[in-house]
Amino acid sequence: MILPALFFYLFAAVCVASAVMVIVSRNPVHSVLFLILAFVNASGLFILMGAEFLGMMLIVVYVGAVAVLFLFVIMMLDVDFVELREGFIQYLPVGIVIGGIFLFELLLVVGAWVINPAVTKTITAAIPTNISNTEALGLVLYTKYIHYFQLAGMVLLVAMIGAIVLTLRHKANVKRQNINVQNARTPEMAMAMRKVASGQGLQDADAAEWVK
Amino acid sequence: MTIGLGHYLAVAAILFTLGILGIFLNRKNIIIILMSIELILLSVNINLVAFSTFLGDIVGQVFALLVLTVAAAEAAIGLAVLVVYFRNRGSIAVEDVNLMKG
Repeated sequence: MILPALFFYLFAAVCVASAVMVIVSRNPVHSVLFLILAFVNASGLFILMGAEFLGMMLIVVYVGAVAVLFLFVIMMLDVDFVELREGFIQYLPVGIVIGGIFLFELLLVVGAWVINPAVTKTITAAIPTNISNTEALGLVLYTKYIHYFQLAGMVLLVAMIGAIVLTLRHKANVKRQNINVQNARTPEMAMAMRKVASGQGLQDADAAEWVK
Repeated sequence: MTIGLGHYLAVAAILFTLGILGIFLNRKNIIIILMSIELILLSVNINLVAFSTFLGDIVGQVFALLVLTVAAAEAAIGLAVLVVYFRNRGSIAVEDVNLMKG
């Protein structure tokens, strides 16, 4: 029985320590890497609790997508991050005061809660013990909560379209293919017949109107 | 030595506090602020999953999945806005965001 407790303390300690490093690290790239470490350890906590599917999901979504997105953006932007750290010491006292108040209140709540006995009688979908967590989650997610599932898909679709619309830009000096113009092209628009006078060659005035 | 619900709630509370603290400490660096928001959402997820497993109700995990979705969408949109803002201003400092000031 000591092994789960040991792993809980390991995962929790590394998770909290890397969360501290996320917010105090000088280099944002290090911040992202510590964020990844925090997520991996949180997924270990999820697996300890018995939510294997969410644990794996945390690694796939957060480490695989969100953290890498952060990493790309940080490496793409040419920002002087030292300058952005000004005021760190200045904001430290007020941050610690407000954070301390938050933590105090939250720990008070954690220390004094009792579960209302009526809650256990009103469980919506009990966790089955004979099937895996993934299967149990799928059994409720695709039946009872199908609308929420589709709404989540819509949220992701809107986010994807929004991100593309926001970051896409057309540079004016880049030539692009315009298929309509190409299809509407006729010989009259593409060729011009000129009589070239002997010994003079083509003059500037002979140029077709679409060349200018 | 048994790990109960309170242990997980304490970890989530500490992570939440660290997220709040991160927003205060890095008031100029919006990337770290976004990361702090991710930490806060992670602590919320830990809370949801802890209550879900210790009360034996799987709906909490469904909800945690939805929170995960919203967190991913929020990160994508936030970073897209950040990139557009950087293109316009050449800086990502929070205090430079005063173009709309009258």
